[in-house]
Amino acid sequence: MHSIWSRANSVFAFTLTAMSAVTFAVFLSTIWSQRVTDVTILATNPRVRVMPDYISESGRSDHAMVSLNIEADVSPIFNWNVKQLFMYLVAEYKTPKNTINQVVLWDKIVLRSERSVVIETNAAPKYYFIDDGQHLRGHENVTLYLKWNIIPNAGYLANAKAEGSYQVKFPSQYVSGRF
Amino acid sequence: MAIFDYPIFDEIRRMNKRQVAYQVLNFAMIVSSALMIWKGLMVVTGSESPIVVVLSGSMEPAFHRGDLLLLTHNREDPIRVGDITVFKIEGRDIPIVHRVIKVHETASGEIKFLTKGDHNQVDDRGLYAPGQYWLTDKDVVGRGTGFVPYVGMVTILMNDYPKLKYTVLGLLGLFVLIHRE
Repeated sequence: MHSIWSRANSVFAFTLTAMSAVTFAVFLSTIWSQRVTDVTILATNPRVRVMPDYISESGRSDHAMVSLNIEADVSPIFNWNVKQLFMYLVAEYKTPKNTINQVVLWDKIVLRSERSVVIETNAAPKYYFIDDGQHLRGHENVTLYLKWNIIPNAGYLANAKAEGSYQVKFPSQYVSGRF
Repeated sequence: MAIFDYPIFDEIRRMNKRQVAYQVLNFAMIVSSALMIWKGLMVVTGSESPIVVVLSGSMEPAFHRGDLLLLTHNREDPIRVGDITVFKIEGRDIPIVHRVIKVHETASGEIKFLTKGDHNQVDDRGLYAPGQYWLTDKDVVGRGTGFVPYVGMVTILMNDYPKLKYTVLGLLGLFVLIHRE
């Protein structure tokens, strides 16, 4: 019980056990913490054009553009077990071809800081808003909402949807030329 | 046989057949307990690979190489945008951990989706099989639901240095066999 090996063995085993217990406690302590907050979303200047698309069966797809305005104060979400938030804006809509379509238009990684506020003004979407088909022209009900993935230091990966969405109506005419 | 003269092997020399059998049984118990826990996890999570180690930096800064992900595969819960899915491309063994950025679901419930790593500039279409533009349910191994940092580094080290893996396993096996307690 006094050799260097048995001492090292005991210390190592105890360290592992203690670290596992603390990690589990960190996970348990934040299971019921606040995940959702209010946000404001506004999308202006919606327009649609049709573009050649090698992926779709018809060879052409609708491509939509809007100008995004997002205001989100996510400071209350950050507790000691939150490493970062992965925030993303989703456009969800229904078409005759697909009952559910979800497209991520924009995302942002929000790291921990003094006060985490995200303000985007007239931002262009980061990713192409391309429909699976040609059903965006004249679409009255495309809902934009904000979600975030809470990445913990250790524990449960939660996806939370913020309160506050915006409904976009697309014009019934395609835009041609410069977009 | 000079190597067996060291005191560390005193235990073996003093053992009779029954004790050797006991040691082997002990070893078998440890191995089968580990296997039971692994298979039990597979059943509880519904995924054939309930624990994966993040192998690349394509999801930084959320997940780094060596982080551990607990996966669940609930086939009743449809894939939605933002889910961190672990999928395998047909014909390739390596599981990829990326986020879903597009979902299109038909009325009959057929889902096709597109993924992208947080740290990558482009989506994953370039990674899919030639002619494949979307992923479907059958490519999914599971969804990331739990996360533990750093713990998977051991697996990465053992994969990068196979000699280390054999040495560690060999030493472990040896100590379990010759140690009495």
